[in-house]
Amino acid sequence: MSEPELAAPELASVEVHGVTRGAFIVRGVLAASAVYGVGTVAPFVGEALARDGGADVDILNFALTLEYLEADFYQRASGLSGEAASLAKRFGDEEAQHADALRATIGKLGGTPVRKPTFSFPGGGQRAFLKLAQTLEDTGVGAYNGAAPKIRSKEVLAAAGGIVQVEGRHAAAIRLLNGAPPAPLAFDKALDRATVLGAVKPFIKS
Amino acid sequence: MAQAHSPLPAQEESQGEPRSALAELHADPASRKRFLSMMGGAGAASAFSLFLTACGGGGQQQGTGSTVAQRQRPAPRPTDMEIVNYALTLEYLEADFYEKVQASGLVSGAPLEAIRVIGEHEREHVQRLKSVAKDLGKPVKKPQTRFPLQSQDQILKLASTFENLGAAAYPAQAPNIRSKELLSEAISIATVEARHAAKLNELTGKTPTPDGAFQTPLSMPTVLAKASPYIVTA
Repeated sequence: MSEPELAAPELASVEVHGVTRGAFIVRGVLAASAVYGVGTVAPFVGEALARDGGADVDILNFALTLEYLEADFYQRASGLSGEAASLAKRFGDEEAQHADALRATIGKLGGTPVRKPTFSFPGGGQRAFLKLAQTLEDTGVGAYNGAAPKIRSKEVLAAAGGIVQVEGRHAAAIRLLNGAPPAPLAFDKALDRATVLGAVKPFIKS
Repeated sequence: MAQAHSPLPAQEESQGEPRSALAELHADPASRKRFLSMMGGAGAASAFSLFLTACGGGGQQQGTGSTVAQRQRPAPRPTDMEIVNYALTLEYLEADFYEKVQASGLVSGAPLEAIRVIGEHEREHVQRLKSVAKDLGKPVKKPQTRFPLQSQDQILKLASTFENLGAAAYPAQAPNIRSKELLSEAISIATVEARHAAKLNELTGKTPTPDGAFQTPLSMPTVLAKASPYIVTA
């Protein structure tokens, strides 16, 4: 299969390094993704990879991108006060620790951690900040829950489980600051990758 | 099942942190037997005895015991049936607790509304897990429970204990689950337990993330030892 030039090289390098068997099909999917857009092809990537040993690295790198995004979001917070300020500081630290742990796990599996993207977030004061924080945390929970059944390694599943519980706690705490129900449903939704990408894409610059 | 003597002793005033639960289980064959047959499996039984061994049979170090047990030797992997019945037992316990709290009239205002919503979630968890357990075999019986209910503050602290326990119990079992169906269900419940825990922590003046960036998973024997004082019969 010929490899067209990729519009999303960081995504490509992930797969190329992370996948041992089945790199062929993965590269094909990535090439298609570069041509047709990540959102269009993303749902197929997971499925293609699920039959392959590189699936866990792929999932971890996807999670790493989300953790980078969340950490960056909190670390850039400014002009917050009270509980919002202290939680943003605390949660920012915790998201950064998630990113560190994911990078380490990816390395252990013989994969290469995805490059940290450049992010951009809208301004707009504390209210807007907390509203976006709620979206990002709820999306994080759904992303992990959607990916978990595809994880093969028990160690990776255990690591993801320890992280997603904290994402759930973050989501609830932020929701409380927004006057929203901390647990809007009895069961958290599992989000597929396309949905997650759709939610976070506006904030990923490169 | 033999009626065990009341396991509701001195820990009542210690806000739901039953210090003597493990010692009691170790010392009392009746409550240990009740507990293991409740789980219905040799896996749980051997996990439990391993836990006791790791603790030196004492139980004074309940807080760190699970870590010791997990590090020394991994407990035998429980079956999906054991895991779903374990989760179902915990959800029964929580659902029953909130029902009794609502009936007690001791909680009012915003905390009561929180209790009502969370209790409804726990009932939904029970229904879902019962249905998964039916698919896999035989659902565990609903345990009979007993809770110390004294004041709003004490009740909220106990609620916080239960939710943080639940939030720690699920991630410990996720890697043991074989069925994708059960894994998906467990995960969608687990993060809701984490959300509940954050809410109860808010109501009791605690940080939403007491373990920091990573939820510390708690093993089955540790969780059961902490839950057992509130279970009268299985």
